[in-house]
Amino acid sequence: MTQTTSQAWRFSDLANPSRFIALVDKIVPWLAGASALVLATGLYLGFAAPEDFQQGITVRIMYIHVPFAWLAMMCYSVMAIAALGTLVWRHPLADVALKSAAPVGAVFTALALLTGSIWGKPMWGTWWVWDARLTSVFVLFLMYLGIIALTRALDDPARSARAAAVITLVGFVNIPIIKFSVEWWNTLHQPASVFRLDGPTIDPSMLWPLMTMALGFTLMFFTLHLMAMRTEIWRRRVIAMRQIAARRAERQQA
Amino acid sequence: MLALYLRDLRMGIRSGGGALTGVLFFLAVIVTIPFGVGPDLNLLARIGPAILWIGALLASLLGLDRLFQADREDGSLDLLVLNADRHMLALTVFVKCLAHWTASVLPLVIAAPLLGLFMNMSPLGIGAAALTLLVGTPAIVFIGAAGAAVTVALPRGGLLISVLVLPLVIPVLIFGVTAAYGAVNDPDPFTPPFMILCALTMFLAVIGPLAAAVALRSGTD
Repeated sequence: MTQTTSQAWRFSDLANPSRFIALVDKIVPWLAGASALVLATGLYLGFAAPEDFQQGITVRIMYIHVPFAWLAMMCYSVMAIAALGTLVWRHPLADVALKSAAPVGAVFTALALLTGSIWGKPMWGTWWVWDARLTSVFVLFLMYLGIIALTRALDDPARSARAAAVITLVGFVNIPIIKFSVEWWNTLHQPASVFRLDGPTIDPSMLWPLMTMALGFTLMFFTLHLMAMRTEIWRRRVIAMRQIAARRAERQQA
Repeated sequence: MLALYLRDLRMGIRSGGGALTGVLFFLAVIVTIPFGVGPDLNLLARIGPAILWIGALLASLLGLDRLFQADREDGSLDLLVLNADRHMLALTVFVKCLAHWTASVLPLVIAAPLLGLFMNMSPLGIGAAALTLLVGTPAIVFIGAAGAAVTVALPRGGLLISVLVLPLVIPVLIFGVTAAYGAVNDPDPFTPPFMILCALTMFLAVIGPLAAAVALRSGTD
């Protein structure tokens, strides 16, 4: 009980943009440092890990491809939670979080597709196949772009927040259906080999670098997300101040 | 609700030949395909159901921006939103979707068998394609209602609706085309994808109007 009240207090505390910015200013350097450190360790581990006996050196691209794909999905989940925050709790920063997460997620999705196609060229002999997983990630990329277009199309931030939140949630509900239907349609990509009920099928010597890289990219995602949120808050402040200044100038002229 | 349905139906049919334009667009898309892929009748018969589905999908996306915009321009949308205590807003949206479907998408489904003849499809294939279109197109309208409600305030929302809605209707397209092929090609089953298509339509009939209602309520001020 006490925990929920303290949580609520902290949440309402975060709703104040100035305090949020102060907090972000404190956190971001540490987060950026940590992500750089973990990523460096992960890269070292990735190059020290043994090569795959079938795929040779190309397997190393997995250490960035797989984290990108995971983060593409995680970012959409973060956006869906932010959308709930806008619609249900009316948290004032939730729509800032949604709006600034969309481009970051789109970039991660694009990188997952790009590294995947670079990996696919030597392995499958083609840059692109219409396989179930590739196609569903591509659909996810399209959804990101649609949300970005929507958040940029409306001038009024309050109104665009609701619109983007509704579309994000509808998309979130649809993602499992899209995934299922595309899998029905066609499948070639190897099935999941890390998160399985009977334990990972991947060898520990490759699992550890992969996990380190995933952690590093997750930290990097939150760093970028917080920085983008801070920029968005500042941008809104600048717009508001400009309007005030314009109004004042008009009054002085009259 | 019945009055709203009839009113929307009448306006959809009478205002500027909206239904006819949709059918003409559908016809134009279907007629353009043979120029693109060549006049080989066997090939056309093979891709026929897919072409019918894509044509119907594009044609029904085209009219979606009028779903709420006409009501917003003459102010009746505000009245519908204010009326939410008497009639649930999601139900109102649902009725509007049904009226829109009857006025501008049902003609597409009726025109589909004729266009199937251009594609050299067998009678069974034409029947299956028309049936899947009849069951699947409401899903496009329902999910499109959410897109239309979100972009209702935009002056040029039509393109944005298509961008937002197209990724979401991919499952409908997949199962519609799979079922239409399943009726013709022997080893492929017809019933399971058709049943999933029915389920998708019913599921989206709940999700779409609910989301559209939330978006409309926050969009009007």
